[in-house]
Formats: sequence, C-alpha cells, structure tokens
Amino acid sequence: MAEPLVEPHVLEYPGGYTRSVGPVIGRFLTGLRDGRIEAVRLADGRVLVPPTEYDPSTSAPVDADGPQWIDVGPRGTVQTFTWVATPRPGKHPLTKPFAFALIRPDGADTALLHVVDCGGPDAIRIGSRVAPRWRAERTGHMTDIEAWVPLGDGEEPEPAALHVPAEDEQPVTGITSTTRLEYNLTAGAATARYLEGLGEGKIIGARAPSSSDVYAASRGTDPITGEATSIEVEVKASGVITTYCVVNIPGLSELAPEIPYVSAQILLDGANNTFFGLIRGLDVDDVHMGMRVKAKWADELKPDHTSILWWEPTGEPDEAYDRYKDYL
Amino acid sequence: MRDVAVISFVQSAVARDAVHNEVEMLVPTLHAAMAESGIPKNEIGFVCSGSLDYLQGGPFAFVSGLDAVGAWPPMRESHVEMDAAWALYEAWVAIQTGEVDSALVYGFGKSSTGDLHEIMTLQYDPYYVAPLWPSMVDVSAMQARAYLDASGRHEDELAEVAARAQRNGRSNPYAVRAGDVNANDVLAQPVTHDPLRDADIAPITDGTAAVVLAAGELARSRCERPAWIRGLDHRIEAHSLGVRDLTTSESTRAAAAAAGVAAGEIDIAELHAQFSHEELMLAEAIGLTANTVINPSGGPLASNPVMSAGLIRIGEVARRIWSGEAGRGVAHATSGPCLQQNLVCVLESDH
Amino acid sequence: MAGNRVGVVGVGQTHHRAARKDVSMAGLVREAAIEALEDADMTWSDIDAVVIGKAPDMFEGVAMPELYLSDALGAVGKPMMRVHTAGSVGGSTSIVAAKLVAAGIHERVLTVAYEKQSESNATWGLSVPMPFAAPLVAGAGGYFAPLIRAYMYRSGAPRHIGHLVAVKDRLAALRNPKAHLHLPDIDLKTVEESFLLWDPLRYLDVCPSSDGAMAMVLGSEKVADASAGSVAWVHGMAMRSEPTMFARRDQINPQAGKDCAKDVYAQAGITNPRDDFDCAEVYVPFSWYEPMWLENLGFCAEGDGWKLTEAGATAPDGDIPWNPSGGVLSSNPIGASGMVRFGEAAQQVRGRAADYQVELRTGKALGHAYGGGSQFFSMWVVGRDKPA
Repeated sequence: MAEPLVEPHVLEYPGGYTRSVGPVIGRFLTGLRDGRIEAVRLADGRVLVPPTEYDPSTSAPVDADGPQWIDVGPRGTVQTFTWVATPRPGKHPLTKPFAFALIRPDGADTALLHVVDCGGPDAIRIGSRVAPRWRAERTGHMTDIEAWVPLGDGEEPEPAALHVPAEDEQPVTGITSTTRLEYNLTAGAATARYLEGLGEGKIIGARAPSSSDVYAASRGTDPITGEATSIEVEVKASGVITTYCVVNIPGLSELAPEIPYVSAQILLDGANNTFFGLIRGLDVDDVHMGMRVKAKWADELKPDHTSILWWEPTGEPDEAYDRYKDYL
Repeated sequence: MRDVAVISFVQSAVARDAVHNEVEMLVPTLHAAMAESGIPKNEIGFVCSGSLDYLQGGPFAFVSGLDAVGAWPPMRESHVEMDAAWALYEAWVAIQTGEVDSALVYGFGKSSTGDLHEIMTLQYDPYYVAPLWPSMVDVSAMQARAYLDASGRHEDELAEVAARAQRNGRSNPYAVRAGDVNANDVLAQPVTHDPLRDADIAPITDGTAAVVLAAGELARSRCERPAWIRGLDHRIEAHSLGVRDLTTSESTRAAAAAAGVAAGEIDIAELHAQFSHEELMLAEAIGLTANTVINPSGGPLASNPVMSAGLIRIGEVARRIWSGEAGRGVAHATSGPCLQQNLVCVLESDH
Repeated sequence: MAGNRVGVVGVGQTHHRAARKDVSMAGLVREAAIEALEDADMTWSDIDAVVIGKAPDMFEGVAMPELYLSDALGAVGKPMMRVHTAGSVGGSTSIVAAKLVAAGIHERVLTVAYEKQSESNATWGLSVPMPFAAPLVAGAGGYFAPLIRAYMYRSGAPRHIGHLVAVKDRLAALRNPKAHLHLPDIDLKTVEESFLLWDPLRYLDVCPSSDGAMAMVLGSEKVADASAGSVAWVHGMAMRSEPTMFARRDQINPQAGKDCAKDVYAQAGITNPRDDFDCAEVYVPFSWYEPMWLENLGFCAEGDGWKLTEAGATAPDGDIPWNPSGGVLSSNPIGASGMVRFGEAAQQVRGRAADYQVELRTGKALGHAYGGGSQFFSMWVVGRDKPA
C-alpha cells in the first residue's frame, strides 16, 4: 500500500474568540489597564486574586461593586515556578527563556499565574520577591503585565506608566483570544484508498462482510456490524439523485460556486449508500429527484476530493422512485 | 447497590499510528472486548465512550467512534467528553438503576497528531490563564516543584518512580517506553521542564481501550473470577491553580475514602500519574503502603493513550484479579490540570 | 422507569439572546443554576453532584469546561461530569443526572446545559473543514433541507406546512420572556417572503443562533416530597443512537427515534401520545421537523404529520400543543436546547409555565431532543403525579 496519508490541519476560529467577561472579571481587567492589581475579600476573610465571580469554596456570588475590592501588590512572592527553556513561539508571552510562576501579590491569599523574566533558572526560587513590569500601552488583559521581574532588597517596583484613557473609554467588557492548534491528521487506510482511487479516476467502495451491501467511500467499517471491511469494489461514477436542496447562501465554503447551486444526495450505481455532491450543468429549477447524473472529473486527477468537480446530468431517463426510495 | 464486575478488558497502544484513523484503531479493540466478555453485541445493554474532540482536531469527532461499534439495531448509547473512566462511571450508574445488566465502555484518542500539551492549555481559565499558554507540562512542573518543596522529597525519588515505570513496562506489550532503566539513568537525562526530565513525563501515545461491565449472575456466567467493583467515587477541586493546595491531592483522598479503599488490603494500585511526582502524591492521598505494588503495568509513564489511560488503569487491575495475581486493587483516573479531578475504583475478587 | 423515583424540583434558565455580552461563561451558567436552586429552595451546599452538558468545545474554544466551571457551579469536593452527545446533549445530560438519583447514589443533583456560541459562530462551529472529508459546500441547513424535500415528496405535504410551524412557534414565544426571538409581526406571508436559504427552507423556517443556559435540580422521592414547590415526576427516560450512515437508512423517520419513543412510552404507560400528553416540547430546529417528528414519535400515522400541523392540533390552543415555549425555532443555544425541552416539559406539568401554560388534563408531557445526523435521541416523560 502507498505511504500513510497524513495531512496538516489547523484548527483556529478566524479572528479569535470574542469573550465577554462579565462585571467582576471586567473590573479586574480594567484595573490592569489602569496599572493596578485588584482583589476581592471573601466572606471568610481570604483575599482572592485574580477575582472570580464566585467564592471558590462556597460558590457564593462576588459583587462587582462594593467594599470587598482592595488593591494588592504590586510586589509579590513566588509560590512555585518552572523554568521554560524553549518558549513556544506565538503562544508563550515571551520569546526568550522565562519562568512560569504562581505569584502571590502582597495582601492576597491566593496566587495568580504569570511569567517571570529573570534571565536564568538560578535567579528564581520559591520565595523570590517579584514585581510587575507593566506595558506602557495597556488594553485590559492579563498581558498588560508584560512579565514580573525579581525585586532586590529595598528596591522599589517600577510603577506602571499612566494609562491615558481614550475618549469615551468604557470599563473592560471583553477580550479576544486566538487559539491556533496544528495537527497532522491521518486519513485512515480505507479513506486513503478511496482518495487514491479518486486520483485514478475511480470511486472505490467496500463490500460489507456480512451482507452484500457496498459502501462507496467506505471509512473502513460496515456501520451496521462494526466489522472492518476489506473487500474492495469499484463503484460507477454515475447514479441517481435521491434528494437535494438549492443553496442560496453565498460563501458557505471556499469551494462553493456562485449561488444558486444544488447540493444533492446521490446514490451511485453499485453502491448502497448516498453521499452529497454538487450538481451543475443545468438550471437549478430543472434538477429533480430521480435524475441520473455522472461525475465530471477534473482534467488533472489527484488523490483528493478535487478530482470530482461536480455531477452533471447524463441525459438518461429518470429512475423510478422505487429504485431509490430507501435511499431518500 | 447491585454487584457489578469488569469481565473483559482490551487495549491497544503505539507511539504513533500514522496509517489507521481512530475508528480503524477501535474496531479490533471493541470486537475483542465483546468476544472476551462472551456477551454478543446485540445483548449488550448500554454503550458509553470517552473521547476528546480537541484531540481529533474537529467538532463532533466522537461520532465517528460509533462506526466501530455497529450501532444497529439502535442502541442505548452515550458519551462523555472525558477520560473513559468517567464513561465507565456513567455505565456503572446505568446498571445500578436496573435498566440494563451489562455495558460496553470504551475510550480512544491519538495524542501524536497534535501538540497534546498545548491542546490541554485550552482547559485552563479562558480569561486569566489560557491567554498566557502555559502547557500541560508547564503547570505540572510547577506542581512538581511545589510538591518537592513541601514534602521534602528529592528529584532522585522522582527518578526512581520514572525508572520503575519503565522496568515494569517491559512486561507490558502496550508500553511505548520501557527498558532496564534505573534512577541514575534517569538522573543523567537533562532537565527539560524544570524540575522534570523526559522520563518523568508520560510518553505521547495513540491508543484505545474497552471494558465490559456485567451485573451479578450475568458476570458469574461469563467470567470465572469477576473483578467486582466494590467502590467507585470521583471528586473535583476548584479550578484556579492559585487557589488550590497543589502539594496534596485532596479530591483523590476524598474519593478514596468514599470508595472504601481503607476497608481492606490493597495488593495492587494502578494510578493515572502522567508525571512521576503525581504517583507519589496519589499514593499518599490514597494511603498506600509499601505492601502495595504500584503500577505493575508501568502506568502512564510507560504508555499514555489519553482518554483511555484512566479506563486502562481499571482494566489493568481487573485482569490481575482474574489471573489471581491480586485479590483486591485500586484503580485511579484523573482529569484536568495538576490532578484537579480524580476518580477512584476499588476492585475485588470473590473471597 | 428503572430505579427509584426522580422529581424535578427546580428549573432555571437564562434569557436566551443572540449574544450574551453581559456575562462570562461562568456568569451564563450561574444565571440558570441560581434560578433553579432558588426555585428548589436550595443552596449550592445542598447539591450532591453536578452534571453538565454542551455541544462541541470548539464553539467557545474551552476544552472540557467542567474543569473551569467546577467552583462556579458549586462542585468543589463533589462529583462532576460532562456529557457530550451532539445536539441531543441537553436531553442526555438530564438523563445522566436523573440516573444518579434513580440509582440511589445521590439525593440532589444539579444539571446544567449551555452554549455561548456567539464567542465564535454557530455556522463555523457546525462545519469546521477537516482534511479528507468531502468538502461541505452547503452548511448545516444543507444537510437537512434535502431530507425535508424527501419528506414532502413521500407524504405529499403542501409547501406551506413548514411555514405554519414557523409562525406558530414564534407566536408562542411571545408569551415566553426567556425566548430569544420575539417576532410579534410574524405571519404566514412574512415567512413565505423571507429569504429562501436552502430550498425548501426559508430564513424564518430556521432556528436562531443563541447564547443561553438551562438548569434543573433533580431530587429523590424523599427530597421531592419535602419540596414546598410543585414537582415534575420522571415517568420514563430513554436514549437511542444509530449510525450516521448505512445502507437504506431512513433519515426522515429514523428507527432510533421510534425505538426511543417506544421505550419511554412503555415506561410511562403512554399508549396514545396524542391523547395521553397535555403537550410536548420537541426539538424542532427547522420548521418541517414538526410534522416529521409527529410521525416519528407516534402522534399520528406515517405520512400524516403535516395534516396534524395543518389542522392546528399542535398550536397552543390545539388538542396537543407542541412547543408552547416557542421551541428551538425561538431559542437555540445548541448545547442547551435539549435540556430546555426537558425543562419546559417539566414546567408545564408543574403548572409553572406562566403565560404559556397549557391546560393540564392528563398532567403528562414529553421532552425530546435529537442530534447528529438525526441519529442521537433522548426523551423523557414527566408527570404532575407520581408514577404508578
């Protein structure tokens, strides 16, 4: 068999997730924008930072306004850390080696997770005193603190540059988060064979071991029994439209043609399952159930879905409803 | 409570399977598990699985797993987006209601296709933590340091855990990392994720696992020496790492107490420790003594198919009960950053 | 129903909206959970276990959100689980939670389902392009619209039937302050003139994309008996799944749906759903699914669903109101919608549906959810009285 079929895949919501934060988180982030670290005193007296909308122990609500809000820090103490010798590009906040740490700001009883820029793993330990290095331009985000830095005895922390509010500036209500994940996904042996077949101008299917059913574009199992399918069958690149819809929404996919277009379920000759295909070569109003179609192959065949451009009418008489009624 | 036993267990694991997709990997596992159970597919009462769409790279990815089951005629079937140990919990509950007498539980996942440690970052607080992208190893390394500092233990104890895992893995055909390794061999490795070394971190593994549960007489009729579930409990802690005490596993302690671990001797314990320090923490939390053999399979440090690894712990204890090697054992499963959520299962043979 | 009796003692839900920009994810789920707890006259510390459910994590970009939400939902120190069964998840989550009580493992379980899909968008979330898969050129509606065409052909239903449902459910929603869509001017003409998205589905035949959460507190018989408020007793619950694709699969009248209904009806002593229920909350995301599900769920003979709709039987003043809350066509936070159906059925038999309360005669209602390629089904029957 050919080389295993593996393709890169990126999972990323374009533009990033638009996360509304609610009033409590919003207040904390607004404080960061102002160059302050705010915390909340809970009912039992513990001071919580970063604040959540609820007490972690009791789940009781935390009020976004009110006297329980206090400033903490700016100095803090490292509770634990790890040295990151090889930062992840495009992900970790710093490009040079740094430490992740849980830092308890003075006045708080909990720690926040952040980065420490200290030059080397020997320059940080549990108990190290650190202070935030604020970005000059801040937006209301955890990265408004660029990093924490070691603070020597008697050393004063660098204050945050004054935040000059934009005209009409509102408290922070949201952040945008990009989450790009990269994969190398495996097609699987059955799908790889099917795609290889497309590259040869064939539609490969598999016969279910326990029945005589043939599955075009089989994914490797008989879905009824869960058995692996191994008997390969070539299915004709022609068949009948069992049902369809006319799409009038532009831009649903990069491969979508001009609207209106027809997306149909097609039952191929020799197969016992349907799959979706694009229908072209006639007016959308003339498409109908029972119409016979054949594949329009690309000039250049490749082992992927681009080999079949669309399905077009064969000109043959329609199939009787009985032929395809079990296949919608 | 009804008596429910684990009566079959099958797993598969390789470092990387580039040829087969998740469904193709799952097919032989499910068929073997049902065959081993002696309960044919159409008599299985309930099917429940655990998997993670983010491991598969797309939404609704878990649906494809059903192709390996052959869900026809229509089945009572459900799914958790968690390690399959929690699918086992759901299946156990279904049997407890009396609705069904048996269940097929399975887990699957490929960690080799994406960057597992980065994918897990998406579990963390989306406002305060995830934007900084600490990886699963970054946060676990922080816990390791906190634990070493608080407990007074040293890195050579971590190295001994890591080495023993690989030595035990030699007898495990599903180990992807095994060898005649001692603590000094581990200490000779560079520290890559301070204070952890490569051997302290579970290896990337693609794999599947399936277990069949059966109640009472059905279990006895199909299995000579059923591994009875005598205790099953799980607990979760607060999410924020800055709020939790990272130096102990409180939820494991609570789950173990509720599961009745202390009611008898524990011959073996299979712990879902993906980092060497976790094994030490979990053993303490469960209250294991030197009389218990820990991770005879090698544990996740030898083989770690994510989303199956917790279920595999239960299976590994069960099969040593069937063989007579153990009379009573504990299996543990975990979920979330730094042991945030933990499940404990006590398994026992008939006396 | 197998196991001990289970009662719904508290129900809560958010105001469902296109985008809940005023809350975080925790804020969204807590809004529903707190309302359910207050309804049950309980606090967080009364709850023994928490079961949450939602649709794929990619909608919000948070993996395994039960981990992030543990303290927000009072689950610290307790068991917590997260169910994921595609569109039926709100229903299956309710059932997983109910089984914890039915099995005698817990006395009080909080269950929550939600979606904050405005953080990305539903169209993207439902059709993320994957390598090796045939490119989806038609979107989510493009999967179901051909099935609807086939139903129309099979049954001979006239083209306006779906539009009747679109109007009925949006008018019903006007009496539900929590519903997302409030379209007071909707009528048959406006639906017929709305944009033809995927022939035969028009814009107003299709559900909205909503942010929202639903929560219930389920209690044992002892807890429910002690409850000051009214209780919806679970008379039956069932789930069935079938494969996405197989030879000669009937996707219009799926076997899994029929089997699931048969099971839950047998448990609850339902022999004639049209007569035995006072109403049904059924997952209808595209208007035509009402006539299709009327048949699948045995409310009429196969092929006759559209006649029931056309006759007005399923209208709020009909003999078998369907979706008096406005249904999925009026609010669709994808992961929550199944639980909204289950919860709204409970509210009806508790007599707590306020302005959209149906008249109770039998005191029983059906809650229904489905998902995937019409392959995952979860249903429950709730009743005002204890089950026999």
